[in-house]
Amino acid sequence: MRTFLCIPAAALALTVFSSGAWAQSAAPAGDAAHGQQLFAADGCYQCHGYVGQGGNAGLRLGPPPIAYEAFTEQLRHPRAEMPPYEAKILPDKDAADIYAYLQSLPKPPAVKDVPLLNNL
Amino acid sequence: MSKGERAKSVGRRNFLKGAALAGAAGLAPPLASKARAADTPPKPVTPLPNAQTAQAEAGAAAHAAAPLTGGKSGGDLMVDVFKQLKFEYFFSNPGSSFRGLQDSVIDYGGNKDPEFIMCCHEESSVGMAHGYAKIEGRPAGVLAHGTVGLQHASMGVYNAFCDRVPVYIVIGNGIDATKRRPGVEWIHTVQDAASMVRDYTKWDDQPGSLQHFVESAVRAYKIATTPPYEPVLLVADSELQENPIKPDETFYIPKLPNTVPPQGDSAAVAECARMLVAAENPVILADRCARTPKGVALLVELAELLQAPVVDQGGRMNFPNRHPLNQSGRARGLVSQADVIVGLELTDFWGATHGYRDQLERTSWPDTKQGAKLVSISSVDLFTRSNYQDFERFEDVDLAITGDAEATLPALIEAVKRQITADHKSAYEGRGKKMAAAHKGLFERAKMDATYGWDASPISTARLCAELWAVIKDDDWSLVSPTGSVSNWPQRLWNMDKHHQFIGGPGGYGVGYGLPAATGAAVANKKHGRLTVSIQNDGDLMYAPGALWTQAHHKIPILSVMHNNRAYHQEVMHLQRMANRHNRGIDTARIGTAIVNPEIDFAKLAQSMGVHGEGPITDPKDLGPALQRAAAIVKRGEPALVDVVTQPR
Repeated sequence: MRTFLCIPAAALALTVFSSGAWAQSAAPAGDAAHGQQLFAADGCYQCHGYVGQGGNAGLRLGPPPIAYEAFTEQLRHPRAEMPPYEAKILPDKDAADIYAYLQSLPKPPAVKDVPLLNNL
Repeated sequence: MSKGERAKSVGRRNFLKGAALAGAAGLAPPLASKARAADTPPKPVTPLPNAQTAQAEAGAAAHAAAPLTGGKSGGDLMVDVFKQLKFEYFFSNPGSSFRGLQDSVIDYGGNKDPEFIMCCHEESSVGMAHGYAKIEGRPAGVLAHGTVGLQHASMGVYNAFCDRVPVYIVIGNGIDATKRRPGVEWIHTVQDAASMVRDYTKWDDQPGSLQHFVESAVRAYKIATTPPYEPVLLVADSELQENPIKPDETFYIPKLPNTVPPQGDSAAVAECARMLVAAENPVILADRCARTPKGVALLVELAELLQAPVVDQGGRMNFPNRHPLNQSGRARGLVSQADVIVGLELTDFWGATHGYRDQLERTSWPDTKQGAKLVSISSVDLFTRSNYQDFERFEDVDLAITGDAEATLPALIEAVKRQITADHKSAYEGRGKKMAAAHKGLFERAKMDATYGWDASPISTARLCAELWAVIKDDDWSLVSPTGSVSNWPQRLWNMDKHHQFIGGPGGYGVGYGLPAATGAAVANKKHGRLTVSIQNDGDLMYAPGALWTQAHHKIPILSVMHNNRAYHQEVMHLQRMANRHNRGIDTARIGTAIVNPEIDFAKLAQSMGVHGEGPITDPKDLGPALQRAAAIVKRGEPALVDVVTQPR
């Protein structure tokens, strides 16, 4: 039984997490608070969750996020199922703000520090 | 019945009909009057009274002449058959077209085996029977009006059809037009009642006599419970239900045969075994393979013999999720490397072996490597309809074995045993070790993934499922809801190894299945003393919230945990996709899809119908205690609902 709008994990692993293929460069300064608003308003949360935790509709986005170039490439020219966000509908400034929001997300607790996950 | 007998037996319907005919005669055109005059004796030409007067006058006379009560009715005989077929429950919203049968179930049958479970919508009736059957492995009954009731029920019937589930539907209808009450009974009558759902039922009949009904009732049960399981429908004529049985009438109720599910052809099974034994990278895909607990054990035996990975697609609980050979989280990778793929009762073999990209230009590609051999074992090949397209894209397999997968597994296992050599066993051992390592990795990955968003509000679906698992894991539990909308966290985190611990989804993806099906499954679980839990989608609940009342009224123990993402979220994502594709309105996808303004208070909704309700819970720290309180109520035999405001997926 298929899950509708479920992104093939293997395909995304190649596209989103292959950050090693991208040159690391500093991301433009962004407004994380505005980025958080855009993350919800522009629908990123729908597949990735409000804190980018991911699920069966979209991959985890961090922390930490992938390199900025890889992020914008996936945003503008997504592979697999993600809807494209072209500059016409999501300007570079907004993309930078969303990226700043992803950078601001705190690290999750370690598995060993979550009792429920140690008593499964 | 002779004319003379008919004249003597002026029943309730004949009395009313007579009155109505008399009234109508005064308005009848001359042609009609002449036609009647040709075959009836001449009548006095005195003016006829109007309808009301005729009814009052004729009524008094008929009351004096006609018997007002009778002995055993046709409906009673129908209940005799239902008892012989060992029905436990009939799910129903009451309706006049089956009032005779309802009376028989309650007053003649003692409202036990079958018991009448009162529903607030016919879609709920079918949904409950659907859920019941997946737990109990046999059908429950549904009683409904032939017209408006079946119209309400039809989506549920389609779900059951797509999910290969036996649901036994009995609808009331008045075949003989001369016996119908004027007004509503005509409107609630249909010439061919089953036609509306014939495309997605396996068999139907409209018996013309009680003996005919009896035989068709047994036949319907046999057909519904022969794989592929499907819904069936019987029309119970109102006159047959209500009229008394003559003292000298006798009936024969045929026994239900011990029907053996169809097994795949022996030579083909041997060929499948040869492929599996010789394969370097075999993969077993299972969707609705395990019809019974035995199906799980058989699949484990086959997988262990070959040390072959199993991908459980989740149409049923096919394979224990903590078993080292359970590789459900690696489906695409395994399929792409496989040299032999065996699909057991798959809904969509093509989809399981192909990638698909839903972008402006839709593209697809095979995931399988060149030369991979594909084998299907499925009973659905025995029963494929043409109108509704649930059969999916044509499966390009090398060997299609027509037969029930569970029934075929013993022969396949024996054939595999016969062909395995010592060399094979050595190779399999190495494969098994790799699979065990990969399985362990999947589990560790799942735990790590669950930590992301652990303390978020809205509450993450991983946190919800982990909190719920802590509450139920020491009980004999049964999860009776699909898990796709909570990112399949139960399969990733929980320990599922019993057939009743998961029952799959709706089949037809018709929203409104969740709450009724969970309720019906809880009805079935009750006698086994199981703790029934359902992760209930908010949008789904709003289709048929009356099922909560049924839970309270019949004291059905079930813990409903709301996955309340305040949206028809699947459609939010679809609308987002369209807006992006057209480069416009990327911030408007929630218009027409979000369930906000106002936000629904599901706890109050539950409370209003007599169900314990808590929430809305937005702080993850509050969730565990709320679930504990609710579970305690469920263990006392009552329903409870906890409303949890959640992340989308």
